[in-house]
Amino acid sequence: MLRSTVFHRKRLRNNSTLQSHSVRTKLLAVSSGGGHWVQLLRIKRAFENCEVTFVTVHESYRAQVPGHKFYLVNDANRWTKIGLLKAAGRLAWIVWSEKPDIVVSTGAAPGYLALRFGRMMGARTIWLDSIANVEQLSMSGDRIGRCADLWLTQWPHLARPNGPHYTGSVL
Amino acid sequence: MIFATVGTQGQFDRLIRTIDEWAGAHGRTDVFAQTGPSDYHSKHIRAERFIDPTEFRKRVESASLVISHAGMGSIITALELGKRIIVMPRRASLGEHRNDHQLATAKRFAEQGCIMVAFTEHELVNKLDQHQISGEPERLSALASPRLISTIRTFIETGRIRFENRDISS
Repeated sequence: MLRSTVFHRKRLRNNSTLQSHSVRTKLLAVSSGGGHWVQLLRIKRAFENCEVTFVTVHESYRAQVPGHKFYLVNDANRWTKIGLLKAAGRLAWIVWSEKPDIVVSTGAAPGYLALRFGRMMGARTIWLDSIANVEQLSMSGDRIGRCADLWLTQWPHLARPNGPHYTGSVL
Repeated sequence: MIFATVGTQGQFDRLIRTIDEWAGAHGRTDVFAQTGPSDYHSKHIRAERFIDPTEFRKRVESASLVISHAGMGSIITALELGKRIIVMPRRASLGEHRNDHQLATAKRFAEQGCIMVAFTEHELVNKLDQHQISGEPERLSALASPRLISTIRTFIETGRIRFENRDISS
């Protein structure tokens, strides 16, 4: 399920384990507002060895991630085509200029778009489906699963052998 | 202090109106509500459409009770700050959300016992009547479960997906 670029990168890292890590892994963390953003903040400990750039939908969130690069994107939802196109353009530009090694998202639409673009650019991708989805996966979650290298649900009863996997929740 | 919040997605006047009327009937003057894009004019409670995340956290911190829609942002923040929370889910049939996922979320969390749920306005009034300050619940830690953090970290660092002792990508 992992592509060759990943193995290549892994080999590089293994060869240089004894050298100091001069280049940190670049990680793009993307979410829309409200619960999606709160959940992203609750997993950010997992990124602490990376150079993290946040992408979200409200300027007021910037103060919660001091010292990190921060981009704004409009809050696209599936129902407005123009909004979706605008967000897609913006995210394509962000992914292109940041060239992240990893793209991670907790949803929703902006995260879906970021993962698609990230994957095209050879990044590894992580999707953590929102804990709010307790009966079924989110629509973008269901679609995104097929292009996320690590696809996680936060409810054990939604886990499947080929993903999404369950390994705990943000709570 | 009671803090009511409906998030940013859309109006949820059914919740705000119920709390406003309850506050009026009980002479409560210590209720503050964040109402979202709403045209409802509250008579008994102070209201603002939107507040920023810093003020939001402060409002939750200083509240003895939080009342909210079943949005994860509100629920997680209340639990993080150790506050009791009554949740009323938005309903799609009343135009309050695109679908009924808040109903499912609320049911599941109620089963786990960490939040109180009111499925109707009537239940909300009952829960408000019963609510008394009887110690606050334990605070949630500021981080996700260690196992989830470690799965994500392992994947970032090695490209491997590993659960416990099982390595599924090799």
